[in-house]
Amino acid sequence: MRVMVLVKATEDSEKEFVATPETMAAMEEMGRFNDELRKAGILLAADGLTPSSRGKRVAFDGPRRTVIDGPFAETRELVAGFWLWEVKDLDEAVAWVKRCPNPMPGPSEIEIRPIYEMADLQKGSDSGD
Amino acid sequence: MAAGETHQATEAIFRIERARLIAGLARIVRNVDLAEELAQDALVIALSEWPRTGVPANPGAWLMTAAKRRAIDAIRRDKMRERKHEEIARDLDGDVDDTAEAIEASLDDDLGDELLGLIFTACHPVLSADARAALTLRVIGGLTTDEIARAFLSNEATIAQRIVRAKKTIAKAGLGFEVPRGAERAARLSSVLEVIYLIFNEGYAATAGDDLVRPSLCLEAGRLGRMLAELMPDDAEVFGLLALMEIQASRLPARIGPDGALMPLTEQNRARWDQLLIGRGLAALARAEALGGNGPYALQAALAACHARARSADDTDWPRIAALYDRLRVVMPSPVVDLNRAIAHSMAFGPEAGLVLLEEVAEDPALRNYAPLPAARGDFLFRAGRLAEARFEFDTAAKLTRNARERAFLRSRADACGPSVRKAAG
Repeated sequence: MRVMVLVKATEDSEKEFVATPETMAAMEEMGRFNDELRKAGILLAADGLTPSSRGKRVAFDGPRRTVIDGPFAETRELVAGFWLWEVKDLDEAVAWVKRCPNPMPGPSEIEIRPIYEMADLQKGSDSGD
Repeated sequence: MAAGETHQATEAIFRIERARLIAGLARIVRNVDLAEELAQDALVIALSEWPRTGVPANPGAWLMTAAKRRAIDAIRRDKMRERKHEEIARDLDGDVDDTAEAIEASLDDDLGDELLGLIFTACHPVLSADARAALTLRVIGGLTTDEIARAFLSNEATIAQRIVRAKKTIAKAGLGFEVPRGAERAARLSSVLEVIYLIFNEGYAATAGDDLVRPSLCLEAGRLGRMLAELMPDDAEVFGLLALMEIQASRLPARIGPDGALMPLTEQNRARWDQLLIGRGLAALARAEALGGNGPYALQAALAACHARARSADDTDWPRIAALYDRLRVVMPSPVVDLNRAIAHSMAFGPEAGLVLLEEVAEDPALRNYAPLPAARGDFLFRAGRLAEARFEFDTAAKLTRNARERAFLRSRADACGPSVRKAAG
């Protein structure tokens, strides 16, 4: 199964990245974790996101489209980075996430979300027949 | 980490570590079966201890140490048993002690990367192709014998026996679980690549049964290919195979039409092709080409990439594909390659060109009763407007295929040719 693994934002990740001995050490540690993911053959993609202050939102309401500039409130609901993994099941994904170094200096959260598969989507069309 | 760990979580950690554990243990005890057993013992110990202690900081090393301790116990126990049973004092194997001591000395070693050695051993040419695939899925992929049996449409007992026999063959041959060097390496690597691609193809183009695709095998082969690319980052063909599998797997969501029938490449809905996998495949191909890739897998990946790059079937660069097939048949001479070359030339230069090339391979005994041959000829004839002859070929192909859904597809192509000659005449 393919999962998206989301690193949730914190006050720290919402600030621009600054290279310091601490942030560089944290990056290196995360790099080693990524190496392990690659060696296990499960890593498909990974990227880090810039703070939401650099982002935009488009709000939909009927035909209306409203562009909202970042930064966005509710920091903890934002995403700071992600991986795409191909794993056998959710347990395997959880086991890998537990091995991840804490992505933030303080308390943080990583969320695992399985991606829809063909079979999931076909269920709908079958019941619609 | 004071909190205890659940059974389920412990097993998930074990699955991550299992292949490396078996690889490290097999190197020491020179026996896959024993290595697998010791790894399993380590899991049992973890299941009883981790709920109390929590997961150790380095679970892989912890499991390895537990397994090694069991190995020492087992060796000592065997030695005791031998002492009791042997009336005549025999010179007990000096190396029993040596082995136990060697394991004891290595107790604090880091978990090494012996995985590649185990992959090469499981794919050793001394084993049959089926045995290699089953053993690789078992010890590297961590599939159960039941899962392997279902994947290969076999029964569990047959697969279990195949694996047991393979392990015995390895033990008998005295294989060292090492990565071969020098001239042997290339030959042995091609065996490894062949096993991984066989697993992929068993999933991609299921040769029997009602399912045309068994994606779980494709996923497993993809994982093995990515693992291998990490372990052998300087080999063009390793990246060639990885590129080939990623690009082919990108089409999995589009290969089966809404009615459950096989969709030919040219008719697939390209919007459903997995762009993430295509991107990964093209990157792996670039890497293979940078490493001088001109081998069978790199060329096949280059072929797959021609399709992946085309935004629509009409955009396909058929002359380039035809040229790649001209090269491929040199490094990988095979009647099947020649058949596909004929198809490529028919697309690049017209059905007549395809029919000419087909004549050159049609008599090859390897293609006798090979459904894709009449299927291709049927397609060329259909496009040349020779419908009655095309119908005959599609009917022949439908009778030859073992796959129920492919048969349905070929019958529908036969029907599209209109009524048979006899009926038309009557």
